[in-house]
Amino acid sequence: MSEEQKQEQSPVNGTEQPERAPEGGERPDAGAAASGETPAAAAEGEAAAPAKPERRPLTPEEREARRQAALAARAAKAAAAGGEGAAAAGSAATGGDAPEAPPKPPSPNQPLLDRAVQLIRELVAEDAVEEASLNELNDDLPTLVIRAEHWLKTAELLRDHENFRCQYLRNVAGVDHETHMEVVYHLLNMDSGVMYCVKVRTDRDRPSVPSVVPLWKTADWQEREIYDLLGIDFPGHPDLRRIMLTDDWVGHPLRKDYVPVDPEV
Amino acid sequence: MTTRTEELLLNVGPQHPSTHGVLRIVVKLDGEIVTEAEPVTGYLHRGTEKLAESLNYTQIIPYTDRMDYVSAMTNNYVLCYAVEKMMGIEVPERAQFLRLIAMELQRIASHLVWWGTYLLDIGALSPFLFAFNDRERILQLFNELCGARLTYNYMRIGGVKWDAPEGWIDRVKQFVKDMKSHLDEYHNLVSGNEIFLSRVKGVGAYDARTAIEYGLSGPNLRCTGVKWDLRKNEPYCIYDRFEFDVPVGKNGDCYDRYYVRMEEIRQSLRILEQALEQFPPEGETMGKVPRVIRPPVGEVFVRIESPRGELGCYIVSRGKAEPYRLKFRRPSFVNLQILPKLLVGESMTNLVTILGSIDIVLGEVDG
Repeated sequence: MSEEQKQEQSPVNGTEQPERAPEGGERPDAGAAASGETPAAAAEGEAAAPAKPERRPLTPEEREARRQAALAARAAKAAAAGGEGAAAAGSAATGGDAPEAPPKPPSPNQPLLDRAVQLIRELVAEDAVEEASLNELNDDLPTLVIRAEHWLKTAELLRDHENFRCQYLRNVAGVDHETHMEVVYHLLNMDSGVMYCVKVRTDRDRPSVPSVVPLWKTADWQEREIYDLLGIDFPGHPDLRRIMLTDDWVGHPLRKDYVPVDPEV
Repeated sequence: MTTRTEELLLNVGPQHPSTHGVLRIVVKLDGEIVTEAEPVTGYLHRGTEKLAESLNYTQIIPYTDRMDYVSAMTNNYVLCYAVEKMMGIEVPERAQFLRLIAMELQRIASHLVWWGTYLLDIGALSPFLFAFNDRERILQLFNELCGARLTYNYMRIGGVKWDAPEGWIDRVKQFVKDMKSHLDEYHNLVSGNEIFLSRVKGVGAYDARTAIEYGLSGPNLRCTGVKWDLRKNEPYCIYDRFEFDVPVGKNGDCYDRYYVRMEEIRQSLRILEQALEQFPPEGETMGKVPRVIRPPVGEVFVRIESPRGELGCYIVSRGKAEPYRLKFRRPSFVNLQILPKLLVGESMTNLVTILGSIDIVLGEVDG
């Protein structure tokens, strides 16, 4: 594919995968992953070039190839990041197949995350942490996914252990991911300003996550709101009732499969 | 003859002048003393978060105006800030200044509404008239800026919709100058008044530990002595360029909340003075923004200091033009939770004093 064509097409491409593409580290992966289709597409492009050099829209195959390349690159990157995050566990497995990205300065939050994972594994349970990563979009916010059965104990650790001291629960949010439900907690240590994002996943048919009201009173209404709008049960909550909608409301509106009872309303 | 007393169940609201909206409180009374109180919310629930899932990001901005409608500018900002953070959009200098000036004017306007109506609630009529006079000038300034008095829809992803009109900055400067002297007058008028002090001193008090446990934020947290202001602790916009103090209280009672808010007006005026002085004479008001706003796959949680406390915005994006899930951490909603605890054991007359001091806006409580 010639250089002008790439430039010509880049606006189209740009909408598919905003601002990720220019990063140097992904290029080799992208090329390798798409190598099966790229030469063909390029040849086709050259053949078509004399007739209509400009304004040729991407063929569906090309677009698919680009999409695949971007996906592969992103997956490789995510795998690499996940490997780092899980420290001991997965790095050997993922390190081999993808060429290493050019050394990015490690985030100052990486030690925070590693320490958190280590402590939770030691003091709660070996399998308590399902996933651990840094949220790059959000200033490398340390993000942990905790198994529901270990959540209460982990929450207590996060609040009381001297390494965390997250006495302030900033926000509780529920998300319906269609494959599962997720409750997202943002915890803050007010003295050091360190913040953690903790997620607890639960089954979608009978969603249930232990309540943290005994630990943080602020969770009371926030859990009620999530129960009301997403239908997640919080065993241990002192008074789990609807808070926004009327008591006789049918369904939970923020669920992705919600059907309004009266479509006119 | 023996006196027989009975528990009295009293329903306050949802249409009651002192609840400032449609809040209902079911109160159990033993004589004059509250034994149990239960806030009932949801009368103003419009399902903003649900509606947002079928709108693109620019279309959601007007909905944020209607959450905390006393402080729409900060609500506008938090959504734009979240999207800009996800997409790495740079906001031009001049737009940053306009945003900051708008948000600080908004903070003053919001605190003035609170000051006026709070004193009205506890029986002082004239402060209301003074407060709304000054607030009217701010609304007039906003009207010149974006053509609306309450629901501005002024901030856009990447900048602001309109540049400041001719002479606007000078008019804001004049307002800041006047407001400074008015603030001293207001203190003279109310802050030392015997009757006022006896109504608010020591009423509705809680300590810092309780405040943190209940997740309180803003003046409700700072009145206990916790120096936590997101403009200082997690600077956003361009707040780190200006000098200002974070006023805190000590006793965590209604008076301290009053005091903290009044001093915050003074600090906002300080920020405004500096910002107006440094205001760039020219420049863009919109950054480079793609035509279709499509944040990458991922999630972000941002928070800012609204006049009522920590206003957060949590976005889960699947790379579409509409958010997969949008959640606002609404300070009024979180702050109101402490009300039942504060009311128990208080006399019925203090219900209004305490409720007013929390400073809620029902549009925000109910989302």
